[in-house]
Amino acid sequence: MEAPNPWQALARPRYPFGPLPWRAAGYLASGAVGGAAASGVLVVLLVCSLLLVGLPLLLLAGVALGGAERRRLRLVDRAPAADPHRVPDAPGLAAWLRLRAGEQATWRELAYALLFATVLWPLDALALAVCVGLPAALIGTPLQLAADGEEAKAVKVYLVTSYPEAFAAALLGVLLLLVLAYPLGAVAGARAALARALLAARDDGPADGIGEVIASRARLAAAFEAERRRIERDLHDGAQQRLVALTMTLGLARYDAPPGPLADRLARAHEEAGRVLTELRELIHGIHPQVLADYGLGAALADAADRSAVPVETSGVDGALPRLPAAVESAAYFAAREALANIGKHSGATRARLAAAHTDGVLRVDVEDDGRGGADPGHGSGLTGLADRLAVLDGTLTITSPPGGPTLLRAEIPCSALSGSSSPRTASSSARD
Amino acid sequence: MQRPLRIVLAEDSVLLREGLIGLLARFGHQVVAAVADADALREAVAAHDPDVVVTDVRMPPGFQDEGLRAAVALRAERPGLPVLVLSQYVQRSYAADLLDAGDGTGVGYLLKDRIGQVEEFLDALARVTDGGTVVDPEVVRQLLRRHRDPLQALTPREREVLGLVAEGHSNAAIARRLVVTEAAVGKHIGNILAKLHLPPAEDTHRRVLAVLAYLRA
Repeated sequence: MEAPNPWQALARPRYPFGPLPWRAAGYLASGAVGGAAASGVLVVLLVCSLLLVGLPLLLLAGVALGGAERRRLRLVDRAPAADPHRVPDAPGLAAWLRLRAGEQATWRELAYALLFATVLWPLDALALAVCVGLPAALIGTPLQLAADGEEAKAVKVYLVTSYPEAFAAALLGVLLLLVLAYPLGAVAGARAALARALLAARDDGPADGIGEVIASRARLAAAFEAERRRIERDLHDGAQQRLVALTMTLGLARYDAPPGPLADRLARAHEEAGRVLTELRELIHGIHPQVLADYGLGAALADAADRSAVPVETSGVDGALPRLPAAVESAAYFAAREALANIGKHSGATRARLAAAHTDGVLRVDVEDDGRGGADPGHGSGLTGLADRLAVLDGTLTITSPPGGPTLLRAEIPCSALSGSSSPRTASSSARD
Repeated sequence: MQRPLRIVLAEDSVLLREGLIGLLARFGHQVVAAVADADALREAVAAHDPDVVVTDVRMPPGFQDEGLRAAVALRAERPGLPVLVLSQYVQRSYAADLLDAGDGTGVGYLLKDRIGQVEEFLDALARVTDGGTVVDPEVVRQLLRRHRDPLQALTPREREVLGLVAEGHSNAAIARRLVVTEAAVGKHIGNILAKLHLPPAEDTHRRVLAVLAYLRA
């Protein structure tokens, strides 16, 4: 059975005769060669980065080297070294670059690359020379003697003139090779541990799988959001426009029709069309309110407060909030709206308070009421769905609702503002798609 | 019948645009230019110098609030240009943006549903053209609902009157609707302005200010 890491392998009695010393030697040898090459590349890129253009290249080189080093780690360390990078939410090179530049893992890789190119590879070479080169030179003494015919200098120091001496030196070399296999393995193990610490995902094992699940869940949520907008757009540009045109035609016909049964029927049709139009308007608004895209979360929350059946006192909405990522704005808005709807339906409250603030990189939306309390997130899919939706964004939903009230629903989502300005206009053009 | 108006119309849905042209023509108005996006709207206004502009909110290229922004920009360039904005949504933010542009006179923000109420729509258009302020009853309704508490100082009748003021009706029109005398309406409005702390000054647009105060609250 393969030992999980070189340290543990050192303790095994058959270690010097197994493949592991060879692997350790291979690891250090490839490290020395690779590091020497990397230092050459690094010098070029450092010069480039002084002229600014090279900095992204330097980062990319770090990322590329990190990947190669994680694979090379397998020579001595069979435990999987998970890729610490996240999967981009959006396709395209730009999104990929943005994500990489913002990731801690990228900078750790760069640090490793610098360390590798300056300090580590000479150490690799030195350890290899001492632990493998020295015994190999001793073992090679008889060959040296045979080639020369008269004398050989074992390890360039000790003069050997006879075959018995030469074979004794070779024997010493073999023994030394077996003994030095231990420090060789130890150095390789230390190198591997350092590489793992800097290059592998922080939580080994299932972490990479979970990262992928979270990323795919975020993609699903984004796809869901895009679909909402598409439906909203289709209804708005299609059915709603046609209905407006229909009510207009009916209104005109009603205006022109002489009084009588025909006019009465037209009036009924006109009113019915008007009701359908109202219903459709509310439906479209419920799918995705346009004000959220145009004016942002603050205005949309103010609008939700306007529509609430229970009077709502607001603070921090309307102009006070910066524009936030569309997914965050949407999740926070629907959380607040669900909360307000619940207050209207179940709480028996006479008034509610809606507060929103974006401080220290966290959006916090509080909805409070003076109702009878006892809200249970376990019941009702509405609240559970909201919690899931927030969880995708690393957000949390907290509900405190003791029997007798009051109920407080708090949504917290870590996010950064899209722009420094709190003007609702600045980011509106980017808010859609 | 009111005087014929020269209108620039901006609406990206062909169906609705043609419908509106027909409707306005039916009542003797002339649509001097009918365009489908915000840039064309600004060019058309420069070219035709219309009596009133009627525009949709959501238009190409971004299908966001281009029409509204164009209306606000037009009002900044040509103070006093009457603009009636038609929206498919009831949105306080849109109405506030529009009323903030200029002094809040000669502007209207109506739900598209209102077009179907032919006479109401034409009435609103005429009022906007004459320098009035028209806000969709649905917006006003929402505002009154939300501000139930601050409005507790007002009597139910005063609240009703404020709602009609916000929609942009004249005292005479309010008196007709509520079946009271115009003097009574004037008295109610005086009380409302006093309760909203809008003292008489310069005789400007205190009615508009009252509406704005509510929109901004």
